[in-house]
Amino acid sequence: MIRLLATLTALLVVLPAFAVPAGGQPAAQPMPPLQPQPTTVPGRPDIPNAEVNTLLRSIAPPPLPMTEDQLPIPQLKLPKGFKIEVFASGIANARTLRLGDKGTVFVSNRLLDKVYAIADRNGKRELKIIASGLDRPNGLAFHKGALYIAEGTKISKLERIEDNLGDPPKPVVVYDDLPNHQSHGWRYIGIGPDEKLYINVGAPCNICEPPAANAQIRRLNLDGSGAEIYARGVRNSVGFDWHPVTKQFYFTEHGRDWLSEDLPEDELNRVTKPGQHFGFPYCHNGTFTDREMGWGRSCDEFEKPVALMGPHSAVLGMRFYTGKMFPSQYTNAIFIARHGSWNRTKKIGGDVVVVKLNKDGSVRSQEPFLTGFIQNNQYIGRPVDVQFLKDGSMLVSDDYAGAVYRVRYGGDKVAKP
Amino acid sequence: MAQPLDARVAACLVCHGENGQSAIAEVPSLGGQPAFYLLIQLFMFRERMRVVEVMNATTRGLSDNELRSLADTVAKLPPPPPAGGPTDPARLERARALIEQHRCNFCHKRDYSGEESVPRLAGQREDYLVKALRQYKDNTRRAYDTSMADVLYLISDEQLLDLAYFLARVR
Repeated sequence: MIRLLATLTALLVVLPAFAVPAGGQPAAQPMPPLQPQPTTVPGRPDIPNAEVNTLLRSIAPPPLPMTEDQLPIPQLKLPKGFKIEVFASGIANARTLRLGDKGTVFVSNRLLDKVYAIADRNGKRELKIIASGLDRPNGLAFHKGALYIAEGTKISKLERIEDNLGDPPKPVVVYDDLPNHQSHGWRYIGIGPDEKLYINVGAPCNICEPPAANAQIRRLNLDGSGAEIYARGVRNSVGFDWHPVTKQFYFTEHGRDWLSEDLPEDELNRVTKPGQHFGFPYCHNGTFTDREMGWGRSCDEFEKPVALMGPHSAVLGMRFYTGKMFPSQYTNAIFIARHGSWNRTKKIGGDVVVVKLNKDGSVRSQEPFLTGFIQNNQYIGRPVDVQFLKDGSMLVSDDYAGAVYRVRYGGDKVAKP
Repeated sequence: MAQPLDARVAACLVCHGENGQSAIAEVPSLGGQPAFYLLIQLFMFRERMRVVEVMNATTRGLSDNELRSLADTVAKLPPPPPAGGPTDPARLERARALIEQHRCNFCHKRDYSGEESVPRLAGQREDYLVKALRQYKDNTRRAYDTSMADVLYLISDEQLLDLAYFLARVR
C-alpha cells in the first residue's frame, strides 16, 4: 500500500494536470501552465551562478596589433640569465612560427587572413606580407626551400619562397581532402624526419561523437598522396614536434570545455605506434570517462598522456631544444607555449613552460619558463608558438599583442643585434 | 585627403539611421554596440574578410587609428528601443527556452547588451538578426571567431526566427 501511494504521488508530481479534479470544481488555485523545461545540450555549460558568466566568455584578441611601445615586455619574467626583447611588432594575430633555411621567419594568422615573412635586408629586419585573403592559414611548415601553408580546407606550397619574398609564387595546392568546420577548423602542420607531412584535423565540436574524418592527426606524402590516420581520438592538437634522438612524435592536445574549473587538464601525448587512440571523446587525461560520452567505456582502452599540462591552459606550439645558446639542462627539453585559459574563472597558462624528459622519453619535470602574460586575471599577451633560431635563441609569437619576441641567454656575452 | 571624423560618422548614419537606430531593412542599428565589436567589424570590412560591398568601399584605405576613433564614436550612440506592437507570447516563450538551453546570455549578457567583442542584441532590427543568424549558420558570414557557428550548428531555421523575434522586442 505504501508503495502504491508512493507511485501515485510520483505520478502526480510528473503529471501535474492530474491534480485538477476530473469533472469536479476547478481547483481554487489554477495550476500554472507547464513551462517547457530546457534540456542540456551536450557540451554546453550548465552553470547556475550567473555572476561567473562573464568571467567565462571566450576571449577575442584585438584585430589591430599593439605598437612596439605598448608591448608587455616589462612585465614578462624569465629564469636568471635569460632576456627578452621585441623581434617584430605590428603582426596582428601572430600565430605559428617557422624558420626558412636562409633565416627568414614565417608567421601565420588564425583569425585573420595573412602569412608574413620577417627577413633580414642589409642588416635591417623587414616585415612583408607574402600571402593574404587566406582562410584561417594557421598551419605552416618549411621544407627544402618550400613553405607549406595549411588553411581550413587545403594545404598549399610556395616553392623557393625565400628567393622570392618580394614577388611570392602562386600557392600550389597539394592536399584538400579536409572537412570544413568552424569549431577547431584551423590546422597545424609539420614535416617529420620521415619526410612526411603531418596535419591535425580537430573535432568539429566541444564534445561529440566525431565524424570519421575528424579528431585525428593524419600523415601524408609531401605531394598529398598516401594520406593515413596517424593518431586517433585527438580532440584538437595545435602543436607537435619530433624528439631529436628517438624521433618519436609528441603532440599537445586541448581538453574539453565546460566540465569544471579544474578538469580535464590539457595534455602532452606521445605516439609510439601509428594508429593509437588517445581517448577523445570517451576518456580524459587517461584517468576518467566523459560525463556525457564516456558511458560504457573505460580509460584502459586508450593511450595515456605523458604529462598533464593544466586545466583549460590551451597548450599550443611546442619544440624540442637542440640549440647551443641555452644551458645544457635544456638540451632536448620541450618548450611549450600555453595560450592561457578562457573556460576558467581564474585564468591559468599564458606562459611558456619547459618539459624535461627522461632517457626513455617519459616526463621528468615541468616548470615555468616565460611568465607574466596574465596580470590581475587579464591577458596582456598570449603566447602561441615557439621557434628556435640558428644561434639557439628562441622566438615566441603572441596573437593578442600582435608581436614576436626573442629570448636569449647569456647577458653581456651576447653580441648586440 | 582625410575626412573629418564627424563627417564620416554622419555618412554612416545615412544608412544606419539617425542616432544609430536603423530604419532600413537588413541594415543593423549601431547604437549601444560595444566599441571593440564595432572595431572588429570595421577591420573585417576594410580587409574584405567580411564582404558587404558598401562597407568594404566605405572602409577602404582607412588607417588603424581612423577605425579606432570611428568605433569609439559610434559606440557612444544610444541603444535602440525595443520593437513595439503586440507580441506573440508563445514565440517569446519558445525563444526564452532556446536562449536558456544554448546559453546565449552567457556571452551576450543577461540584458543582451553585449560586451567587448560580443555584440548587443537587445532592440536590434529583427530582419537584420535573421539575416546575420542565417549567414553564421550557413558560413556565408565569416565570423571573427567560431562561437556563433558552433551555436547555430544545433539551431534550426524555425528556431532562429523565434530568437530574432524575441531579441528585437526584449526589454
